[in-house]
Amino acid sequence: MTSEIEAVQAPALEMRGITKRYPGVVANDGIDLDVRPGEIHALLGENGAGKTTLMNILYGLATPDEGEILLDGQPVRISGPSDAISRGINMVHQHFMLVPVFTVAENILLGEETMANPVFLDRREASRRIRELGARFGFDIDPDAKVGSLSVGWQQRVEILKALYRDARILVLDEPTAVLTPQETEEIFEVLRRLAQQGHSILFISHKLYEVLEIADRITVIRRGRVVGERIPSETNEADLAELMVGRAVELTVDRGESHPAQTVLRVSDLQVADDRGNPAVRSVELEVRAGEILGIAGVAGNGQDELVEAIIGLRKVTSGTIALSGENVTAHGPRAMNEAGVAYVPADRHRFGLVLPFSIADNIVLTSYYRAPFARGFLRDFGAIETAAAAGVAKYDVRTPSADAPANTLSGGNQQKLVVAREFDRPLTLLILDQPTRGLDVGSIEFIHRQAIRMRDEGTAILLVSAELDEILELSDRIAVMYRGRVVATVDGRSADKNHVGLLMATGGESREAVDPAVASR
Amino acid sequence: MRRLWTVAGLPIVSILLGLVVGAFVILGSELLLPDHEFSWTLPITAYAALIEGSIGSFGAIVNTLVATVPLVLAGLSVALGFKAGLFNIGAQGQFLMGALGAVAAGVIVADQPPIVAIPVAMAAGMLAGAAWGFIPGILKAVSGAHEVVTTIMLNYIAISILAWAVSGPLKVPGSPSPITNDVGNAAFPIVIGDNGHMGILIALGMVVIVSWLLNRTTLGFEIRTVGANPDAARYAGMRPRTLIVLTMSMCGLLAGLAGTSIVLGVTHSMTSSFGTTVGFDAIAVALLARSNPYGIIFSGLLFGAMRAGATLMQIEAGIAPELIDVIQATILLFLVAAPVLQRVLRLRGVSGGLGATETITRSYGREAVS
Repeated sequence: MTSEIEAVQAPALEMRGITKRYPGVVANDGIDLDVRPGEIHALLGENGAGKTTLMNILYGLATPDEGEILLDGQPVRISGPSDAISRGINMVHQHFMLVPVFTVAENILLGEETMANPVFLDRREASRRIRELGARFGFDIDPDAKVGSLSVGWQQRVEILKALYRDARILVLDEPTAVLTPQETEEIFEVLRRLAQQGHSILFISHKLYEVLEIADRITVIRRGRVVGERIPSETNEADLAELMVGRAVELTVDRGESHPAQTVLRVSDLQVADDRGNPAVRSVELEVRAGEILGIAGVAGNGQDELVEAIIGLRKVTSGTIALSGENVTAHGPRAMNEAGVAYVPADRHRFGLVLPFSIADNIVLTSYYRAPFARGFLRDFGAIETAAAAGVAKYDVRTPSADAPANTLSGGNQQKLVVAREFDRPLTLLILDQPTRGLDVGSIEFIHRQAIRMRDEGTAILLVSAELDEILELSDRIAVMYRGRVVATVDGRSADKNHVGLLMATGGESREAVDPAVASR
Repeated sequence: MRRLWTVAGLPIVSILLGLVVGAFVILGSELLLPDHEFSWTLPITAYAALIEGSIGSFGAIVNTLVATVPLVLAGLSVALGFKAGLFNIGAQGQFLMGALGAVAAGVIVADQPPIVAIPVAMAAGMLAGAAWGFIPGILKAVSGAHEVVTTIMLNYIAISILAWAVSGPLKVPGSPSPITNDVGNAAFPIVIGDNGHMGILIALGMVVIVSWLLNRTTLGFEIRTVGANPDAARYAGMRPRTLIVLTMSMCGLLAGLAGTSIVLGVTHSMTSSFGTTVGFDAIAVALLARSNPYGIIFSGLLFGAMRAGATLMQIEAGIAPELIDVIQATILLFLVAAPVLQRVLRLRGVSGGLGATETITRSYGREAVS
């Protein structure tokens, strides 16, 4: 509605014919984009489509080779981030830039200090303005709370307040809901709607099709550096947007068919695991995964899932409790022993546990098997065998690269994940552990990974899926366990689960007894 | 050609700039000298003498080769450490202990036939160096103690042990100054010219062995993986702790071999002033070569040539040999400041400075090792 009324005004922001070339690639190719005052405009595109480059140009971190930027109809040259900020363009980044030990007020003031006099900060005035801003957009913020003690959803609000404090007229939000629960996402959307009503323009960058359809007034889709389509939510749907983003029809929900769970493969009993600081991260967790079944662990990141998974795969010591694989006690097994027992691991942090980025794709493919035949004869590596396996893996799992000798850090995020998958999936597996397997990936890669997971399930592998993406859990899981503060607070059936119910359990932990469906838990 | 520029561009520019700075230092020193007639061409005279003294005659070339041997061996020591994510500043101490081991054993077997004496003295030198590398390795593996701190301390300890040994147990009885006996038959045979000893062949051989180890063996793969990403190494079933101890010991062995080569190849005994700066030059040699074993041959030759030519430079141009230290240090400075260099000089297409192949620092404490 806002767009009809404001149609005659000059757009708050217009980027015309923006072209930016880097050696070997045209990151932006004649991009036209405009955002009207009071509009929420979504920018949709795969990884590597050019969204980041475009935003860097807007924020003054890069200069376009061609094209111009207009603010309120006037051409401007943005020389750097402080210039952008002074012109009212503010970015809220995907990775928060907050100081945890500072208060909310101190974080907001950082870089835009309100001074009572040349020496001292005017904290009172700052607090007043912060409270007023908060009230205007519908939330009660305590300027003296320490940011480190706030939930992620509230930290997100502090980031937004930072922008507003600087009289932002144009707010650019980069993947703002990546770390939020469904409830928190709704709350942030409310804030954004209010901001729009009060005349702020919002540029919303996202991967998530359903969110974009819900919040945006207009959607611009970028692919390979070009604008490939502009849509109004009421005239489009997820399938249409996905096809625009990827360039072909994309199956958004893979048909998961029927699963036929058989014997128990993984049994975790009364497991206690500590985090890096020695505090209990996993508390008395009981879990069971059967062959041919996908157990999804739902939970907001940081509730013990990573520690649980690391303990199972052998990367982390267990404080007490047992882990059994097909009846055998594997609690003390390290990663290589687990690998050799038929367990595969796709880690949440692929740059840390999954890949050695400076090494070639081929070396990464044999990372867990380099020491045994055919890749090594005793002490000596057999490069012929490695090359053959690497070429086969790259082809079979569609890793887009000119050569298997290229270093892994030349691959895009999606292809890096496919590389991890190529290594982990390509053998008979007893248990597959997937931890945030599609985080940061584009729609095409997500489809691919989900298909592969279903394939493994149908081949009889037991699959443990950990994800903060509730939709992914709901799409793939036969059973869902919700983790909250280190405990499994509920176990529900995957097909009949209610999204809101599970989301609530993720956010609050629920009441453990009532949430368990007795028919499911005692199976 | 373009590939060469990408890989060697920064080192080459750093070398050229180092020489330029050296020239300015020479000019500056002229201004400070009383009764000296200022000459713009003094740097040229000096560098010409440097070149002549290093490659201007057959004898000069042999001198250069001899000076290169310890630099290559110690350079390999530092480079191997870098590949594993370790900064082996302790090459100097390992070098000294290796020399001490070689001389101590050499003196004992001095009268044995060379076929016995040489291997025994060499083995003693390598073992002593390896032990001096083992210590910081095990400390890091067990407690996370950063090797930069421990190896620097061990350098000092090594210097003191050396001084004690040469003035005490190993001293020639009745000698006015601290000097050990001659190593007799443990001395390296000459293979080229008047003084080109066997160490030249050993150094070349070690380059081949280290390169083979790193690139063709499973152990080398494990070492490089621990250096590139210790977490992924753990997932791959490698044991970072064991690899750190093993690698540091091998680094010690190589640096010890460097010390051994000087004692058995050049001096044949040890005095309390035995202490060239080989261990520290080796760091520059390794960095300049980007930790590539074959590249170390070239960077070692460069530094070796400068050392060999320094004497003639002093004679003909009156420039103190310490100028070589200035030039080498400046080259290292420019190499480390690569990003600044790239921007100021607008160098294109060169692969980025040190981060590309070495780890100069890794986090302290337990988190680094598991």
